[in-house]
Amino acid sequence: MIEERERSELTSPRAGSNSLAADTRSVFVREMSLILRDPFSLIFSIVQPLVFLALFGPLLAGSIDPSAIGGASPLQWFLPGVIVMICLFGTSTAGANLLFEISLGSYERVLASPIRRSSILIGRSLKELAPLVVQATLITLVAIPFGFQLYPVHAFAGALLLGVFGVGMGAFSNALAIASRKREWMFWAVQQSLLFPLLILSGMMLPLEAGPEWMQVVSRFNPLTYIVDAERALFSGTFADRSVPLAVVAALITCAVGLWVGVRQVAKSTT
Amino acid sequence: MVAPRLAACATREGNRAVIHTRRLTRHFVSKKETIEAVRGVDIDVAAGELVAFLGPNGAGKSTTLRMLTTLLPPTSGTAVVAGAQVTSEPALVRSRIGYVGQANGAGHSFRVRDELVNQGRFYGMNSTDAAGRADELLASLDLVPLAKRRVSTLSGGQRRRLDLALGLMHRPKLLFLDEPSTGMDPQNRANLWDHILQLRAEQGTTLVLTTHYLEEADAQAERVLVIDHGLIIADDTAPNLKANLAGDRITITVEPSDVPQARAIVEAGGSELSESAGTLGVVLSARFDHGQQALPRLLHELDSAGVTARAADVSVPTLDDVFLSLTGRSLREDEAVAA
Repeated sequence: MIEERERSELTSPRAGSNSLAADTRSVFVREMSLILRDPFSLIFSIVQPLVFLALFGPLLAGSIDPSAIGGASPLQWFLPGVIVMICLFGTSTAGANLLFEISLGSYERVLASPIRRSSILIGRSLKELAPLVVQATLITLVAIPFGFQLYPVHAFAGALLLGVFGVGMGAFSNALAIASRKREWMFWAVQQSLLFPLLILSGMMLPLEAGPEWMQVVSRFNPLTYIVDAERALFSGTFADRSVPLAVVAALITCAVGLWVGVRQVAKSTT
Repeated sequence: MVAPRLAACATREGNRAVIHTRRLTRHFVSKKETIEAVRGVDIDVAAGELVAFLGPNGAGKSTTLRMLTTLLPPTSGTAVVAGAQVTSEPALVRSRIGYVGQANGAGHSFRVRDELVNQGRFYGMNSTDAAGRADELLASLDLVPLAKRRVSTLSGGQRRRLDLALGLMHRPKLLFLDEPSTGMDPQNRANLWDHILQLRAEQGTTLVLTTHYLEEADAQAERVLVIDHGLIIADDTAPNLKANLAGDRITITVEPSDVPQARAIVEAGGSELSESAGTLGVVLSARFDHGQQALPRLLHELDSAGVTARAADVSVPTLDDVFLSLTGRSLREDEAVAA
């Protein structure tokens, strides 16, 4: 009886001193259970980029002037763009799940727990990035028989870069979800109206070199442009491209600012 | 400057104080208008107490609870909860308390047992401990057959029991419950309370809850804090509140012609006399101490004076009478609106 009491004395008033990694892992594991308990949902999200690549790829190859993409094979040029696109779509909608949890009350329960606020954001973003790894691997493997050349080390570095950028994007998306918790339509309005300009003005789908000059100027202020350029460089097997260090800076800034804005929003989210 | 003095004060009052607030205040600004939701409340709760915040919707109960659980930063004032400051040591407070919010705590798309294990992990338990504790709570809250179900498939009563289990995962010494039984039918409410009281008896947990159900505060709480317009307007046990603030009421119905004589006799023993027309005659109502003993005496006096009482009744007060005497308003109206 006394032992039982002592044990509970020890376990109950915990100082909430879990590491950032442990807290992030707890959030990630919780979010991942949604996918792992219902793997069927993953199948659709895996097939989607394949369909996109199969339908858009040939059109692009037929309509594009090879000089606009630096003489690369259209597939080699287009595939990294598709991978960045899946990352952008996945992480920019991360807030939708949070919005759902805010409206139901389970988010408040998480806030009442000693879990780190930044871990809530990072864990949720990582959950959106996890299927991306599977999707990216799959479309890359499928593309190889069609002449795509894979540089595994470079591709891995590209994935890490996207991971850092994706955590930031996810944090922005969750911050947007919290900001629009009292007007849920606002989340989709803002997400959709930012997504397509960001996407097109990064040269992800079509080369900006073929577009008007103002678009090229605007694209330099889009962090995504640097990410897309660097992914193309990495997937074509080179680290020695000016875009790579710029993209690392762009990804780190996106991640840091995203988490800063996100944590501030989390702190305000119950008022 | 103020905080250390108060902390020292709390220690002097004994280590058993688990909640200690001074001038705790929260304002909201809405459309340039400042709403004073909580206006400087002082609350002291000792270990092992079962305290209910009772008041109408919008009185400031939940706002107070949300400040105590670190979900809402106070506009001003201090609060020490479970030995830590809510403003400067929120993580420490969170790790030491359990919280069952007004809405359902379990995510709808998750499985019941998964959510319990997740909750344990959030509070720093390792996987083995969390799994063991989850199974223990599933058993004690009659949730075992639902362990693998998705939360969205549970009934309201089942979800509320799961909420309670989530709040208890890390064996908190202090548990906050915000409107734990709102929207539940009487049977489920009684069932939930059986579980709450059983767990409290086993673990000696301090319980702080909010409610706008009079019967719930009356039947379950050992101490009731009546909150209205952001202030604590009464703080005592339910029997004391009723005896001191409302008192028993005796109602006597007499012939219209006997009214002057009857009034004199009733006023001699009682207070707060009121007069109204009833179907059997004029109804006189007054507050008496120990109403049940006073009634036969009163009837005898009326009889001796030649006044016939056509009807007589003693009503023992409820907490609603307490609220009525404190504020001039009834909580029932609010309850009817909420229901």
